[in-house]
Amino acid sequence: MSEHEIVNKLTEILRDLLADDSIVLTMETRRPEVAGWDSFAYVNFIVAVETEFGVKFKVAEVESFENVGAIVRRIGAIYATR
Amino acid sequence: MLAQHRLSFLETIQLDRAIDNHRTEPDQKIPKIRLAVLASATVDHLAPSIRVAGLRRRLLFDLHVGPYGQYRQQLLEPESSLQRFNPQIVLFSLSARELVATVPVNATADEAETAVHRHAEGLRLLWQRAREAFRSTVVQQTFLNVADPLFGSYDRLAGGAPSRMIARLNERVAEAAREDGILLLDVARASERGGLDVWFDVTRWLQAKMEIAPQAAPLYGDLLVRVIAAQRGLAKKCLVLDLDNTLWGGVIGDDGLEGIVLGEGTGTGEAHLALQRYAKQLRDRGVILAVCSKNEPAAAEAAFRQHPEMLLKRSDFATFVANWDDKAANLRRIAEQLNIGMESLVFVDDNPAERARIRESLPMVAVPEMPADPAYYVRCLADAGYFESVAFTAEDSRRAEQYSANASRDAFLESSQTMDEFLKGLEMSVNFGPFQKVDLARIAQLIGKTNQFNPTTRRHSLDDVARFMAVDGSLTLQFRLVDRFGDNGLVSAMILLPDPSFSDVMEIDTWVMSCRVFGRQLEREAMNIAVDAARQMGVRTLRADYIPTPKNDVVSSLYPSLGFRPSQKVDFNGGSTTWVLHLSEYYPHSTYIARRPGAA
Repeated sequence: MSEHEIVNKLTEILRDLLADDSIVLTMETRRPEVAGWDSFAYVNFIVAVETEFGVKFKVAEVESFENVGAIVRRIGAIYATR
Repeated sequence: MLAQHRLSFLETIQLDRAIDNHRTEPDQKIPKIRLAVLASATVDHLAPSIRVAGLRRRLLFDLHVGPYGQYRQQLLEPESSLQRFNPQIVLFSLSARELVATVPVNATADEAETAVHRHAEGLRLLWQRAREAFRSTVVQQTFLNVADPLFGSYDRLAGGAPSRMIARLNERVAEAAREDGILLLDVARASERGGLDVWFDVTRWLQAKMEIAPQAAPLYGDLLVRVIAAQRGLAKKCLVLDLDNTLWGGVIGDDGLEGIVLGEGTGTGEAHLALQRYAKQLRDRGVILAVCSKNEPAAAEAAFRQHPEMLLKRSDFATFVANWDDKAANLRRIAEQLNIGMESLVFVDDNPAERARIRESLPMVAVPEMPADPAYYVRCLADAGYFESVAFTAEDSRRAEQYSANASRDAFLESSQTMDEFLKGLEMSVNFGPFQKVDLARIAQLIGKTNQFNPTTRRHSLDDVARFMAVDGSLTLQFRLVDRFGDNGLVSAMILLPDPSFSDVMEIDTWVMSCRVFGRQLEREAMNIAVDAARQMGVRTLRADYIPTPKNDVVSSLYPSLGFRPSQKVDFNGGSTTWVLHLSEYYPHSTYIARRPGAA
């Protein structure tokens, strides 16, 4: 799965979660830039991403993802080891 | 379809929002229930699941989720948001961590027991506080046993082992719940069935202090709403079973008595037997059993009489319908015979076509999606939670017996030439008196579950009922109807409260009667009795409301038929009517029911 595909998938998940089809995520997007993406929505987002991709992030990773790109690269890295 | 499908966490959030967006007008038909969740961990993520699970059972929830860990302040402070919310139900969703943290692992068994006891007593004070402040129903969630093994198997023996402490706390809380009459939400048990890993995810705990994992949220919502629905009389009442390939393997009409697969010896035979055993257990706890099968009636009945491995007996079924008619028509017939609503039925059939037919034509009937392998029949039925209950009374354990007595009554009715001859021949008598403490659980159950003969549909909890008994100048009456075919049990209850302004006026706050005894003149004799008792208290006037609901049409003309007159007060909005009876104008109705005063 390419980084582009992963970003698209993450966008789709966040759109579903926040019910906002105008959301467009890029590798550089940070949480405060998206309206409604508060810490509560972030936990829900992580739960949905883990379920959707069949992955499990470390607690430290979840706490330190600085932007969407960091999440995408981590998912890519997990997939590469499979 | 929604009622059958298990949703994921994300789907639940989406659905919850979609429903919220479409609900611009408040839905009049669905009652809105104010539920407060008081928690020592994060529970915000459970809210969508609770609301969605509610809708599946036609219950609309208005939720108040208290600030994390502040449940004590919320309960005690007079100006808190909880006080303003004024919940009808308070759910305590607490973690056992607080208890475990206070007890060292080298504590003796006695020390641990003392700590458990103290913790449970603390909970009871919270329950009491919630009841006093809001008169609310209290639900206590059992404690997820999230403790990791410390000694290993020896944990069960070591006094201060965390897992043992949590297990003891759950036992103690269950005892206290029974004593105090509060409801339990047993997530601990559910986590044993589904696996603790489904319910508890340590990363969510660390990230967001969620003790219930988001993945378990949909199931959590469902379990909670089952309990609340059960308390409101919305649980199912009757299990309708197909025969061929459901209660036994094979087709009795083709394979014959020797050909069907049932009983010890083969796995398949034991699986069908297990379903029979489970159905029998349900019957013994008060669920009505019925058969709905496409079969020759003689062959179907013979299977029950002649097959040596048959656990269920023909007499275990309150009604037995075997014919070649459409099953939807037969289910209607069954509900009619038993005098219960279609929404009280659960239809179990191995045939997907029959299930689809019922779902389409009778969407109010619950139709579990039976698995292809009979091995999972019981599991499927049990996990659906159709027959959730919040009490188990003597009436429940006698119900099956009472329904088979009804069959004898029906036969007697058919052989009687006139209604008078039937009623006279029943040799009925009524035991009556004020509410008895020992009967309170049954009375609360009757008030909670009765939808038809219930002119006001006011749902009073056991607490409320006890409170009414203590009101100065109140009158409570319970009625038990006995006839030559048996004891119908405690079938009617009445609560009359004094008018605050006029000392000689009483109002019938609540009057309920089980549908099992409709048409037996009990309402007339009960009114005779109530009028006599009211007169002795110096009452001159009885007042009563009729508040129409989709289900209580049967009592729409109850009061005029008993001699009440319409009052001036008319509520044009809800269609409610108020009725008045001047006792000086009342002449007792003649009935065929003999009176037996005393403990009912």
